[in-house]
Amino acid sequence: MAPFALVDQFGKTIAYLIYFAIGLGFGATLEMAGFSDSRRLAGQFYLRNLTVLKVMFTAIITAMVLVFLSSALGLLDYPRVYVNPTYLVPGIVGGLVMGVGFILGGFCPGTSLVAVSTLKVDALFFFLGVCIGVFSFGESVGRINEFFYSSSMGRFTLPEWLGAPTGLVVVGVVLMALFMFWGGEKLEAKFGGPEEYAAVRVLPTRTHHLAAASLLGLALVTLVIGQPNAEERWSRAGEETHALLQNRGAYIEPGELLSLSQNREVRLLMLDVRSEAEYNVFHLEDARRVDMHEVEEGLLSLELLQAPSNTVTVLIANDELRSTEAWRRLKADRVLNAYILEGGVNEWLGEFRPDLALVRTRSVPVGSMRYPFPAALGAGQAGANLDELSHEHPDLAFEAKVKLQTKKKLGGGCG
Amino acid sequence: MSKSVSLNSAPPMAVDHKGKPFLDPYLAGALLGIVLFAAFFLTGNGLGASGGIARVLVAAEDQIVPEHIDRTAYLLNMAGGETDPLDHWIVVITLGTVIGGFLSGLAHGRLRVETAKGPRISSKRRLVFAVLGGVLMGYGARLARGCTSGQALSGGAVLSVGSWAFMFAVFAGGYALAWFVRKLWT
Repeated sequence: MAPFALVDQFGKTIAYLIYFAIGLGFGATLEMAGFSDSRRLAGQFYLRNLTVLKVMFTAIITAMVLVFLSSALGLLDYPRVYVNPTYLVPGIVGGLVMGVGFILGGFCPGTSLVAVSTLKVDALFFFLGVCIGVFSFGESVGRINEFFYSSSMGRFTLPEWLGAPTGLVVVGVVLMALFMFWGGEKLEAKFGGPEEYAAVRVLPTRTHHLAAASLLGLALVTLVIGQPNAEERWSRAGEETHALLQNRGAYIEPGELLSLSQNREVRLLMLDVRSEAEYNVFHLEDARRVDMHEVEEGLLSLELLQAPSNTVTVLIANDELRSTEAWRRLKADRVLNAYILEGGVNEWLGEFRPDLALVRTRSVPVGSMRYPFPAALGAGQAGANLDELSHEHPDLAFEAKVKLQTKKKLGGGCG
Repeated sequence: MSKSVSLNSAPPMAVDHKGKPFLDPYLAGALLGIVLFAAFFLTGNGLGASGGIARVLVAAEDQIVPEHIDRTAYLLNMAGGETDPLDHWIVVITLGTVIGGFLSGLAHGRLRVETAKGPRISSKRRLVFAVLGGVLMGYGARLARGCTSGQALSGGAVLSVGSWAFMFAVFAGGYALAWFVRKLWT
């Protein structure tokens, strides 16, 4: 299912040819829209020429409806589509700076490229300015690092912010854009300049109304079908991911967990998905308890999607029941580097606390703790400290399963 | 020089004395939207421009002062050690953008050396402001992690909160200053 890992599937040459074709289309449409003339672009800010608004919002709503419609129909896997991470304050400040640059310079970086290619002298000078700006940012970002990385919210979308179904937001954005087009036409009729670079005047012809109605219709279809739920997203996670459960590729042995805990290059995140009572009785030191509600509501996935890319998450339950359930949900949300502790706490204790087996071995129902403890000491129990255990069992054998995957495969258009 | 367009005639096109008329903005927008969707559908990524520019610059810098690149965290990511900053899809898209713009200009007879400016300023002044605006654009685009294409257009279409906030900030910045610099354009 789309999107495709182009380089992996077709090799670099074909992948880059596809990117090149996309670039050609991008450049050609910008040029055909008239964006190589800075006066047309600046005219937006004097209400003389609203081409920028019209082209930009038509493009946004067209792409948005197609993206979410194909996601609703199961043709496109939205979780794997790159969504620009939100860094709210640097984004807003950068946007304000760019707005000022826009009105002074008359271009934005993309349009200046197209204008340079059609030999506009002002665009060439603007482009030189962009180079200076980009260069000085690269040289000075070290000093504003803290600000540059502040107010990070990760992959944060309007439907999540508004708490509304995606389809409803899609319909709302289309309606907002259509309203802006209607208002824009009025403004342009009132303030539109008679200059030679004036707007391409279009009458509200039937074609336009028909196109607007069809787009709105498709947005409504998107709303009615709805976006895939967690179970559907899991089923679309791909055979490779599904196979990790059958071939046990998702399950790591205690020895590998010990080895991970001593590996300075990974950020190990142990998540205990058992009940609070069981957690209090015994848990691995540094393991954090996570309620299954947090998993089911997708809150854990959101957090993990924002985690540093060297994070390795290990889910821990009494056996493998709950941890596998949680893992499926994380995979439905395309969280990378998530694993399950093989055999859970029960196997762990069996491995590192042979004394417990001598005391009493109970036959217990699936999903519960096998060994009884006289007191709820949590990580204070013997067999909970990973540092000590790795000293005691330096040569514990295991079949290595963890392969650190980075999210660098997808990146921002400006990254 | 034909200036205005008759509002009651059938073809809803502007008449431009330089080459063929531009496209109806809604049609151009729909085409751009389809290109953007194709990018998301095929590659999982949106469009962009400033990232490609940045990488070309870093590549040039890497030729001159490679040690400096290796010491600067932000640049290291793109060109540290053996990493080739040009071996990245965004560079390919940027190259395509330039050539696509050129081909379209050629096909429509719009390749022409000229300086577009408002009627009240000299060309020299226009060029000075173009550089100044460019500097702010370049710096702002990196600070905001994307330009109008990579953030506003691409992130807007996939409903990123940050991209929408960014988009409104760009318009706010432009409108806030427009009146004070009206001599540049009107």
